[in-house]
Amino acid sequence: MTEAIAATARWQSCAIVEIATRTPAIKSFFLRLSETFDHKAGQHVDVRLIAPNGYTAMRSYSIASAPSDSRVIELAIERLPDGEVSPFFHDVAQVGDTIELRGPLGGHFLWPRPSSKPVLLIGAGSGVAPLMAMIRYRKASAEVVPVALLLSSRTWCEVLFRDELLELETSLPDFAFALALTREPATRRTDFSGRIDARVVADVAARLPASPGCAFVCGSNAFVDIAADAVLALGLEAGTIKTERYGA
Amino acid sequence: MVTRGFTGRQSGSEPSDRVPPGQHLVDNFPVLTAGPTPRIEPADWTFTLKVGPRPVKVWSWSEFNALPRTRMTRDIHCVTSWSKLSTAWEGVAVDDILADAGLSAPTPFVLAHCFDGYSTNVPLADLATGKAMVALKYEGQPLPREHGGPARLLVPHLYFWKSAKWVNGLQFTERDEAGFWELRGYHMYGDPWNEQRYTND
Repeated sequence: MTEAIAATARWQSCAIVEIATRTPAIKSFFLRLSETFDHKAGQHVDVRLIAPNGYTAMRSYSIASAPSDSRVIELAIERLPDGEVSPFFHDVAQVGDTIELRGPLGGHFLWPRPSSKPVLLIGAGSGVAPLMAMIRYRKASAEVVPVALLLSSRTWCEVLFRDELLELETSLPDFAFALALTREPATRRTDFSGRIDARVVADVAARLPASPGCAFVCGSNAFVDIAADAVLALGLEAGTIKTERYGA
Repeated sequence: MVTRGFTGRQSGSEPSDRVPPGQHLVDNFPVLTAGPTPRIEPADWTFTLKVGPRPVKVWSWSEFNALPRTRMTRDIHCVTSWSKLSTAWEGVAVDDILADAGLSAPTPFVLAHCFDGYSTNVPLADLATGKAMVALKYEGQPLPREHGGPARLLVPHLYFWKSAKWVNGLQFTERDEAGFWELRGYHMYGDPWNEQRYTND
């Protein structure tokens, strides 16, 4: 842990090596680290942008890629209309540009390893990013921990990592995946139409082979409160429910 | 190094002497909490002052509310990079809590404890002499649950994770003991003006 903390003190320059449009509002930025790090699934990086007059803007973004030997990490960034940093990434940044970041950061919202009890993941919108790192990690590590993901999205077209999740649903053992679409009816029998509530969360948790030992919830504050209360209602202890709420 | 094509949203009207480096202003009041939002009824609320393991005094909700009140309006700064100017709080100054218990400064270090198991360390020098309070009201209203109601610590000159929500006690410690986030990579002191965000900053 000491080494990981020491590394966080250092800012490093990273080259954008690929930009992928994920949804109408979300693009993935693949950044090549100049100084490699070994992150844990669920961690984030701080990114800073510096204007010619020295003005600096800093934001935190979850790492969506799984820990690996690769020097390339993936950040899924949603374009916020009133944002300062996300419009720069969407409208200005190009492959070959250099971005400064530091990380990996965060010592709480972390995939529990080694884990044997099932894990319940609940996300909304781009809040699936740190959960995706966990799912990708579970796949890459061949851990046998059962995982269920409940993902809320406005529409089918706006589901971040949709095709990859649909593929994992069929190829990854002990992985259950359910969508809750809030702005259009769900067409798959296993998905939900409308906002999540305690009933929806209980339904998805019941798709696990045993009660979840812990839960990770990521999204807006209002969404996280509803989801976390629903997980409490399942009987999980508050300390086993880890949340990440979008800041500003 | 300058980021190609980035100018930022610099209005020029922002009072830069009130916005620490790397921070940006918000008008809303973001909520960042590591777990579910606790529900604490006044009947279940207590506040305990300890020296080491030894409880010195315990207040009920009504007893605590009878202590002298202090108001302060301060700028606050979250380590996730948002800052909010001129937030108005009312509560009980840490000085008045110590005075009511007949304590002065048994040790230089304090750990704040909370109903949800959260903790954070703050030196006594940053809590006393009018610098900090246990806040009971925000903008004239009882503190909302999502912002730590019924009571939160308010240490406005340090990053806001030090202003522990759902606080239920202060404990004097012999050494500077790391709290919840300080054990998880965040800075032991957390001065926004020196950007003390993470352990070795």
